Amino acid sequence: MAQNQASTGLETPGRGLFAEISKNLRACMQCGTCTGSCGSASKMDYTPRQVWRMVQAGMKEEIFKSRTFWLCSSCYYCTLRCPRGLPLTDTMAALKRVATAEGYFSDRKSPVFYKAFLDNVRKYGRVRETEMMTRYFLAVKNPAVPLSFVPLGLKLMAKGKMDVRISGFGGSGKLDRLYRKVMELEAAK
Amino acid sequence: MKYFYYPGCSLEHSAKEYDVSARALMRLLGHELIEVDDWTCCGASAADTTSRLLSIVLPARNLALAQKSGVRADMLVPCSSCYLNLRRADDLISRDGLTADLTNRVLKEEGLSYAGGIRVRHLLDVLANDIGAEAIAAGLKQSLSGLSVAPYYGCQALRPFSDFDDPEQPHSMDALIGAAGASVFDWSMAAKCCGAGLMTTKKELCLELVADILGAAKGADCIATVCPMCQMNLEISQKKISRMRGKALEIAIVYLPQLLGYSLGLPRDGLRLDLNLALTGSFKDLLADMSKQVAVPGR
Repeated sequence: MAQNQASTGLETPGRGLFAEISKNLRACMQCGTCTGSCGSASKMDYTPRQVWRMVQAGMKEEIFKSRTFWLCSSCYYCTLRCPRGLPLTDTMAALKRVATAEGYFSDRKSPVFYKAFLDNVRKYGRVRETEMMTRYFLAVKNPAVPLSFVPLGLKLMAKGKMDVRISGFGGSGKLDRLYRKVMELEAAK
Repeated sequence: MKYFYYPGCSLEHSAKEYDVSARALMRLLGHELIEVDDWTCCGASAADTTSRLLSIVLPARNLALAQKSGVRADMLVPCSSCYLNLRRADDLISRDGLTADLTNRVLKEEGLSYAGGIRVRHLLDVLANDIGAEAIAAGLKQSLSGLSVAPYYGCQALRPFSDFDDPEQPHSMDALIGAAGASVFDWSMAAKCCGAGLMTTKKELCLELVADILGAAKGADCIATVCPMCQMNLEISQKKISRMRGKALEIAIVYLPQLLGYSLGLPRDGLRLDLNLALTGSFKDLLADMSKQVAVPGR
């Protein structure tokens, strides 16, 4: 098993998190093995190696304007191969968390989708795709987005492979208590 | 043997055939699956983008439910993303006191707790190591002889937790495919990422990654998967990708338990091949031809 996953589930949410990320990357020696191993690198505006350097240099604005970390597909190749054993994939996720918490969105689609997903899970416990996607489409406010999913929706529908249940807005949720406690504990830190 | 079973959200709907075939195969091989009662979503790749703690609490809730049942068994997970999340939650809670404490303070809201210690296993791990190729060979009813299968592992079954296979050059499917009578297609994309986690938000990138995988599988009769995310991502855009790359890249995509189940003679309703989104005509013909031949001589 790789030893270089994040060592803990704890972190300081909000502003302190960027400092923590920066500390985690102190040992990066800019070898570029991460970039060479990244399937998404060709679509990124900065390569992973460049982003680590930018984190070290505290170039927060530039990092969060870039789309690099939103393109991380969590394949863990960089983490596996990093000669310094740094938790690189987890760091990409941490950058997503900072961006979400502080409202830095170069592209609204990703944070809006993740929010729709987690709200859906909070409400029902399990994902109900149709309602989740409907909420996502309403929130993303771009008619081209739902249209691009019509072919897939039809294919799944034809096979009876879609949960088509949709209920009203509001109401209490299956996992409310857990979500509320997570927020409470994170706010207390 | 007895296993806890965590199907995960995809297997309820979009990957029904994976759920059906995995359960039927395990039953046929004499193993019992105990579905985690009242299980909920593992957080997929969404929770980690919002809250680290939530990304541990969501999978931990399911481990806590299993522990509460009093049964002692490994947790069998067919989806690679669920597997990673449950596996990581157990790992962090088992070796980090602060994470365990914080997670349990949240779980207490539902009267639950998790002490760590349930072994989280990917379905492929159980098939390759607990069941093994010998059991498949011994139960063979319909050899898949003549079928060339490209084994596709994707990412999260192999990384970051390399519990049961090499994370870059995996081979755990080889012997199983061989035992079913098929041949293993030798290719370089078995452990590469298909970008399924970005299917909704970064489609353009996803199409490129899938195109490379489909292109490399040229010459195989089908790709075998062990994850509902990979499966759907490889299935849904084949026509578009073929147009994009200017060549025919359509190929059948099947779940490994469907293939193994077929070779062991599982009936149609245990395979649900009718639900797959990308079964090519030539693949169906191959299966039809096989079933016309006498099964396995001498058994």
